[in-house]
Amino acid sequence: MDHMNPKDIIICRCSDVTLFDLFELFEQGYRSFEELKRIKRVGMGPCQANTCGKMVQWEIAKYFKIPLEEALFHNLRPFTLGIKLKHIKEGSDT
Amino acid sequence: MMTKADVVIIGGGISGASIAYHLAEAGVKNIVVLEKQYMTYGATGRCGAGVRQQWGTKMNCLLAKKSVAFFEKAQSILDYDGDIEFKQEGYLIVASDAKETETFAANVALQNSFGIPARMCTKEEAQEIVPHLNTDVIHSAAFCPTDGHLNPFTMTDAFFKAAKRLGVHYYDHTAVTDITMKSGKITGVMTERGFIETDTVVNAAGGWAKEVGAMVGLDIPVYSRNHEILVTEPIEKIQGPMVISFSKNIYCQQTPHGAFIMGRGDKDAPKGHDMGSSWQFLEAMAKTVSELLPPVGELRVIRQWGGLYNMSPDHQPIISASRDVPGFYIACGFSGHGFMLAPMTGLLIREMILGQTPSMPLEALSLERFEGQEIEELETSVV
Repeated sequence: MDHMNPKDIIICRCSDVTLFDLFELFEQGYRSFEELKRIKRVGMGPCQANTCGKMVQWEIAKYFKIPLEEALFHNLRPFTLGIKLKHIKEGSDT
Repeated sequence: MMTKADVVIIGGGISGASIAYHLAEAGVKNIVVLEKQYMTYGATGRCGAGVRQQWGTKMNCLLAKKSVAFFEKAQSILDYDGDIEFKQEGYLIVASDAKETETFAANVALQNSFGIPARMCTKEEAQEIVPHLNTDVIHSAAFCPTDGHLNPFTMTDAFFKAAKRLGVHYYDHTAVTDITMKSGKITGVMTERGFIETDTVVNAAGGWAKEVGAMVGLDIPVYSRNHEILVTEPIEKIQGPMVISFSKNIYCQQTPHGAFIMGRGDKDAPKGHDMGSSWQFLEAMAKTVSELLPPVGELRVIRQWGGLYNMSPDHQPIISASRDVPGFYIACGFSGHGFMLAPMTGLLIREMILGQTPSMPLEALSLERFEGQEIEELETSVV
């Protein structure tokens, strides 16, 4: 994988963020998952970082040469799965 | 870490970022911004990303109009390499009954007197602006085409990047633990990472502004309260303006990225710093939005969160120098609207610190206006 172009490695499929995008942000001084989210929407799409979350965490640890547990995961918020607003409404009507 | 500063700003949200930029741009050196968490952790990063000029008080109208004028040019003024996503497609404020229509008409007249291009609309005209609006549940609407959407993250980032280029020192994950004083004057700021000597401190701590005020012995008459919000999956563009209703308790817009954001307040929510999410909010929001904007009910919610409104007694901001503590400046109590007013917050605080002629009258924004006074002018246009 190391010989692949980082521009061709998609990290976040929902928001179309590549490894190259992450490297650019790291170089600009953004170090945490929360900051990456805010600038590039990584992990903010329909999967809510269920696909990319671990990869982002891993890349932060690798780039800044810190233990994985020090590369903090993003804040987990509801929902786990997308639910239609009308289904929430119908559920509360019954 | 700097050990001495000319100005220390507490808070890494939009207000702190704008104040830092405006001071640096005027040539102030040795500016330090301290943030306990990370950029936009608080209300800025949790807000509804709306910018409006349709207010019911003179002060809010003036602050908002001048702020919009800044946002229109912010991308180039700040020479930002990202995108602040300022989209001026309006705010449509719907009235539920004749009484609300009457209030809006008076507000629109006030707004027009300051050059804000708002207008009243019939139900039918409102539906031309937002085709999927359910006109059965509204009486009329007010519309201002130059209101709109702005990305809270990138707007704050744009201020900070420009500020850093001008030499501002920004430290995140650095909590302020105390402000030290001697003979009634500020001598420095104690942080988790060391002491910074200074005689000038700006309190831009948003939901925690009261606690920061207490560090210099001030009792700022504000409180914080959780307001909840959610975001849906992104879809193709179907809605230009933000749609809001005070009586139905909702604001809802489609961001340029395609997702719908919507929020509402709960006046029974306890005061404090809880920023949690509740199923009660979700149910109430699902009902309200399905009724007012039926097709939006088909969208999937992907995330919900909460953020703090820092409420002042008259729902207008406190942008003020402290009379009792020399060198202490306050920008708080925005009552849910600090993001959209931030350019003026930064400018006015700069003018106060540098002793420049203020861009607008400041009495109605002062901390002292609440002393022994009845509220003269209450802003009621708040969701």
